[in-house]
Amino acid sequence: MMGWTTLLLALREIRRNLMRSFLTVLGIVIGVAAVVTMVTLGNGATQSVSDQISSLGSNLLMLRPGQRMGPGSGSLGAPSFKAEDAEAIRAQVGSLKAVAPTVNRTTVVVVGTKNWATSITGSNSDYFTAGNWTLAEGRLFNATEERAGKAVCIIGATVRKELFEAHSPVGDLMRIKQFSCEVIGVLAAKGQSAMGRDQDDTVIMPLRTVQRRLTGKQDVNTILISMQDGASSEQVINQLSLLMRERRKLSDNEDDNFSVQDTKEIAKTLSGAIGTMTALLGAVAAVSLLVGGIGIMNIMLVSVTERTREIGIRLAIGALEKEVLMQFLTEAVVLSALGGLIGILLALIACYGLASLLSLPFLFSPGINLLAFGFSAAIGVIFGYVPARRAAQLDPIEALRHE
Amino acid sequence: MNDAAITVEPDALIQLSGITKTYGRGQAEFQALRGVDLSIRQGEFVAIMGPSGSGKSTAMNILGCLDTPTSGAYLFDGVHVEDLSRDQRALLRRNYLGFVFQGFNLLARTSAQENVELPLLYRGENAEARHEIGMAALRSVGLAEWAHHTSSELSGGQQQRVAIARAIVTNPKVLLADEPTGNLDSKRGHEIMELLVSMNRDHGITILMVTHEPDIAAYAKRIVHFVDGQIAHDNENGGAA
Repeated sequence: MMGWTTLLLALREIRRNLMRSFLTVLGIVIGVAAVVTMVTLGNGATQSVSDQISSLGSNLLMLRPGQRMGPGSGSLGAPSFKAEDAEAIRAQVGSLKAVAPTVNRTTVVVVGTKNWATSITGSNSDYFTAGNWTLAEGRLFNATEERAGKAVCIIGATVRKELFEAHSPVGDLMRIKQFSCEVIGVLAAKGQSAMGRDQDDTVIMPLRTVQRRLTGKQDVNTILISMQDGASSEQVINQLSLLMRERRKLSDNEDDNFSVQDTKEIAKTLSGAIGTMTALLGAVAAVSLLVGGIGIMNIMLVSVTERTREIGIRLAIGALEKEVLMQFLTEAVVLSALGGLIGILLALIACYGLASLLSLPFLFSPGINLLAFGFSAAIGVIFGYVPARRAAQLDPIEALRHE
Repeated sequence: MNDAAITVEPDALIQLSGITKTYGRGQAEFQALRGVDLSIRQGEFVAIMGPSGSGKSTAMNILGCLDTPTSGAYLFDGVHVEDLSRDQRALLRRNYLGFVFQGFNLLARTSAQENVELPLLYRGENAEARHEIGMAALRSVGLAEWAHHTSSELSGGQQQRVAIARAIVTNPKVLLADEPTGNLDSKRGHEIMELLVSMNRDHGITILMVTHEPDIAAYAKRIVHFVDGQIAHDNENGGAA
């Protein structure tokens, strides 16, 4: 008997018992749908996180005083950087695109009768390169403004929305504490950061302006360093560390009192964590595939008993053992593969809906779909074999006598 | 092999020599056949009769290559069937034998046509050939216009005709019929017998039929009586047909 005929016979048999066939494969359908949905959404989440992190800036290093990352006590005791440190980095470390010393202060800004508490960052025009910022309107600082510490500022999209009407704010004045500052540019919106902070709620001024008029100190909090594409971050970090140890006069037996963070590393860590979660959820879902396979075996065994007489007829007519085996095996495989297909379709619909609900990108990955399909077919082979062998080994005389 | 004991008849299609069949072991041992010698020529119509437990069904299973004897030799067209493997016997059934059962044994929820085409499927005929040969067989039993009805939509007599069509569709050398009229009223039974007689007469198919009804056996040209696992009488019959 040819393979094609066997396939047609299997399909005919499945159609004959449509309701039961559907219930039989429900386990596979749900299992495949769950696995594919989990993995697809997980991939979307990973993608989303790395997108957000790369919106911080590509190839970005963050140099901070102290050893612990994050806000708060980490920098306690460790001396701050100065603007000269940034100059030294620019002069002595290779493969850099931008070096931006920054200082931050949260302050209320006032325009007319409206006020808004926002984060004010003092930096230079490299800040916009390092942070992947683009201008929506206006211009960046010029060298004179940076050097002289002029009261000019560039505002983020959120600040613009909160303080200004529809007209262009460029040229308007904002009052910050005791001084007024001219808006010279508006940044294009970037949205939320990976940590959920609104990146557009910001005002940027020349470093010297903030140091003189807001903090009153020469300190610099964080130095943002953007590497050229293709630069080895390891090498750059090594050079940076050596330079900083030298400038901070650390002896060989002292630990670094500063830290360098690579945004790529952060992205990798976060993606890794999400990947682990995805794998875990996928594995739980895969258990239901196994349960589905057992369901198929159960129904196939019942089916073999029910169809004992049919098997007897086929054997009497001259069906070979392997032909009967193939018939039942094909039925199981076709059944579970169909279940897999339905599961994949369901998963795609679910992913499409959930992705927009969770505002994640919908990343169709052929790999996981093919894998799920292949796996469901394999389940058919594994769990269909025992019932099929039982059918093939029936004694034709006994089988014909079966009521 | 006990070849010495076999007296091969020159034109025998089927030759049983000293066939025994024992079921069970020890205390539960039961001898269904105790040394059966039987020779059947091409084109014969043989009825096998006997009370229940006489071994006629066991003999039929062995003749149909569904079962193997405990001892003795079974030559089918010169081939020692008792030496064949399960699959080889399946191939022998596929190519040379046709079966008609008391309970019809058609596939449920399957059309008459598909039932008739089933043996051709295992022979590897393509769909076109299956259809053509299958329809011809249905026509020869007078059921061409019922081809698309499933077995539950057919009467008992019609189902048995479909079963006969299925048995002869491969043009077998031997047709084995086990109580073919057992589930039918006497009018349908006689119609079925007429059909079998014409298959034997017009197509030269050798027919072996088990029955316990003398008027059904009367259609055969030869009647073999089994009693206690042995052949009691083996008589030529004028044939009522």
